[in-house]
Amino acid sequence: MAGKTLYDKIWDAHVADEADDGTCLLYIDRHLVHEVTSPQAFEGLRMAGRTVHAPDKTIAVPDHNVPTTLDRVNGVIENEESRIQVEALDKNAKDFGLHYYPVSDVRQGIVHIVGPEQGWTLPGMTVVCGDSHTATHGAFGALAHGIGTSEVEHVLATQTLIQKKSKNMKVEITGKLKPGVTAKDITLAVIGVTGTAGGTGYVIEYCGEAIRDLSMEGRMTVCNMAIEGGARAGLIAPDEKTFDYVKGRAHAPKGAQWEAAMNWWKTLYSDDDAHWDKVITLKGEEIEPVVTWGTSPEDVLPISAVVPSPDSFKGGKVEAAKRALEYMGLEAGTPLDQIKIDAVFIGSCTNGRIEDLREVAKVVKGKKVADGVRAMIVPGSGLVRAQAEEEGLAEIFEAAGFEWRLAGCSMCLAMNPDQLAPGERCASTSNRNFEGRQGYKGRTHLMSPGMAAAAAVTGHLTDVRTLN
Amino acid sequence: MEKLTKLRSVAAPLMEDAIDTDVIFPARFLLLLERDGLGRYAFNERRGGNEPFVLDQPPYDKAQILVTGETFGTGSSREQAVWALADLGIRCVIARSFGEIFHANCFKNGVLPIRLQGEEMARMEKAARAGEEVEVDLPSQTIRVGDTAIAFEIEANRKRALMAGLDEIGAILSDDAEALAAYEERRARETPWLVLAPEQFGQIKSEEDAA
Repeated sequence: MAGKTLYDKIWDAHVADEADDGTCLLYIDRHLVHEVTSPQAFEGLRMAGRTVHAPDKTIAVPDHNVPTTLDRVNGVIENEESRIQVEALDKNAKDFGLHYYPVSDVRQGIVHIVGPEQGWTLPGMTVVCGDSHTATHGAFGALAHGIGTSEVEHVLATQTLIQKKSKNMKVEITGKLKPGVTAKDITLAVIGVTGTAGGTGYVIEYCGEAIRDLSMEGRMTVCNMAIEGGARAGLIAPDEKTFDYVKGRAHAPKGAQWEAAMNWWKTLYSDDDAHWDKVITLKGEEIEPVVTWGTSPEDVLPISAVVPSPDSFKGGKVEAAKRALEYMGLEAGTPLDQIKIDAVFIGSCTNGRIEDLREVAKVVKGKKVADGVRAMIVPGSGLVRAQAEEEGLAEIFEAAGFEWRLAGCSMCLAMNPDQLAPGERCASTSNRNFEGRQGYKGRTHLMSPGMAAAAAVTGHLTDVRTLN
Repeated sequence: MEKLTKLRSVAAPLMEDAIDTDVIFPARFLLLLERDGLGRYAFNERRGGNEPFVLDQPPYDKAQILVTGETFGTGSSREQAVWALADLGIRCVIARSFGEIFHANCFKNGVLPIRLQGEEMARMEKAARAGEEVEVDLPSQTIRVGDTAIAFEIEANRKRALMAGLDEIGAILSDDAEALAAYEERRARETPWLVLAPEQFGQIKSEEDAA
């Protein structure tokens, strides 16, 4: 019999019931909840007179719509709809007895940054959240994926999901990355190869030397964007780095429980003879710093390239590329590193962790944000913000002319006042460059934190390796 | 959930690839707490231009079926994308492929997503553009247009749920209660670190908890 993949092992450990047709009742170990995709689910529970099945496994934090300006500490959310939504979460967390980090809590932040930070996310778990970037937690060897609001209600009521197993896909990044190339470049480069549909129906396991060499922060960045490659979940097998990161966190097991957990966690890897339905291999040393040029995350090119001609594509992509260039206000043939920008956004569940901010500080130290560029750094959590201040990073950002904000999702999806104006162009460390994603008619180029920092300094898309 | 068995209507052609959920339902409308009446915000950025949006033009304003390209509904998990489509009267989306979370969300809201490829998809596109009447028959898993019958795939449990308008949560709480309790009991024994309440680690649960 063939061995098992990491995904197979986690899946098998969580099947609470199985129907004849292979449909499973999958048990959920951690349910993360935020203010935007949950109110209708809690309302559904109330209407049906149901309760939360496992409030101790349910963690709530507002992040999507919260303001990130410093006046937030006064406790005022000016936008009435945002305030009502956050107050609904306050009330639901209290009424149903959930673990809760309100806006006023220093530990508040983006749900996918708070979960790992507080030790809620552990290897071998199943983790869900009403947010597609739940894939982030896969960096710990946890099976983690996004769900819709109906499924949020389902997990609240039953702590389970009705699921069919996905297929296994291996994405191997061999060798070493070149200097200036980061986890973000890996994950964008993979999407550039697979396309946004390539991972559909699969759970991806990322492996290989370049992945093993990444920090936990970098691994979270890689898994975070599994969804942009079409896969609901991305995984990385846990190792010593994972265990070191988890150990001592507020909700990680302690003492004898830690030892018992480690005994299982050390079995969480794909067996050598496991079956893979699809395998993709990229050479780490061939990955360049990349940026997106269009309105799909698969529109990825090295920064040294030029804006492509729509005619260079095939099928439906020709029309899509024409439309994308029109939306983005770009001409085919323009060198990518000559594209001028109006705004820079550094943050999000993709790149809002301390390591990302260190990268930015390295690039902008002693430099200034270019004239006419609005640049914003939004830490992923209150604790990331506190640490950046302790390390002196915040001073560097402010001296360079960045706005240094409070934690939240912010301009990644522009639900709060942090938005692009129509036609504005942004160098962004977020995860989606869809039409209107960062504001009505806003234009987004995705890239790594170092690349976004370089663009802030020069005022145009820039190869971070050319800056001194 | 409203039951779904058979639909008969024109099919609206939206022949573009990679229509993401931000296009279907822009993020700024996610501030609304409702799940009903969201159709008016659907495709907001595509409507109100010089060209009327396909779902606003007769006969497609009455369409219950949408025909579209690759990776429809890719992106965010927002279920508002499905709620808004359903509010516009769309009960079936026929695409080359779907974003996975959108695909799952459809089944929770009485909307049938169908994947078609090649000539079958070309036939659907032609029918949609010509305003032909299309019949979608879920029990027999068949689309009929003119003299053509096209078979489609759907998982048995999802088909049952759509046809019955099933309340899955109620079904699980009644039918799987024993299996669930047994599983939780076993996990509590085998992996106690997962189920120990944090209080048992000596943690404090509220915001007074030290950072």
